[in-house]
Amino acid sequence: MKFQRPNWPAANQITNLRDEINRLFEAPFAEWTRGSDVLNAWSPALDLYEDKDNLIVRAELPGLKKEEIDISFHDGTLVVSGERKHEKKYEGSETAREERFYGKFQRSVELPKAVNPNAVKASYKDGVLTVTLPKTDEAKPRQITVNAN
Amino acid sequence: MNAVTQNETQRPAAREEQNGSRGYLYPQVNIAETKDGYILEAEMPGVNKESLEVLLEDNELTIVGHRKFEANAELLYRESVPRDFRRSFVLDPAIDTAKINARVENGVLTLTLPKAEQVKPRKVLVE
Repeated sequence: MKFQRPNWPAANQITNLRDEINRLFEAPFAEWTRGSDVLNAWSPALDLYEDKDNLIVRAELPGLKKEEIDISFHDGTLVVSGERKHEKKYEGSETAREERFYGKFQRSVELPKAVNPNAVKASYKDGVLTVTLPKTDEAKPRQITVNAN
Repeated sequence: MNAVTQNETQRPAAREEQNGSRGYLYPQVNIAETKDGYILEAEMPGVNKESLEVLLEDNELTIVGHRKFEANAELLYRESVPRDFRRSFVLDPAIDTAKINARVENGVLTLTLPKAEQVKPRKVLVE
């Protein structure tokens, strides 16, 4: 009699599948597809904030140098792009696991308010890009004094 | 999969337990093996030297990255997951745990996990 071994998926496939499932339950769907192998492209997470004077865009771009990030602003749309290069950093090494994304990325945000394109500022710290876009005076909330007569 | 890590510990239930209903975010990692040991890279945007914890318990290595988010502004749109990072790995017994080195730069943690001297492949001279 001949026994046939069931065709189990390799151990690492199970782990990856479990990763995906964990991710599915831990995060909103958009986040899951964004960060997963399903679409196999790097699309960094982007947040948008507003305070009294500024719109603030925050993008998670770990492992880049600040020279590798391009920021442009045109017609009310902010575009953040760049490329993360896959450097063969470790001589004679074998890959045991690779989950990080490499390659080009581009994200754009249409800003909900008018901003002053000449006063846009950006900083990159701990793998997080913060772009501060000062609102134009017209876009700021205004205090209207009520005149008594 | 012979990683750092022969088996990775993934215990969502335990993780939830430790941190209430908040949960953690899994950092994405690369693991490379060289003849001298392993190099693990983990993406932890928003984490720096001060907000990083590397814990070693028996043969289990846990990395934790605490993060802060914009607090003084109103959130209009969010794609990031506003949680701390956490992930555990079971170490290959060949690793010399006294020599583990951690470095975090631009939101990427790099752990160097050297193998103990006696387990490195050695060339034997044939006379």
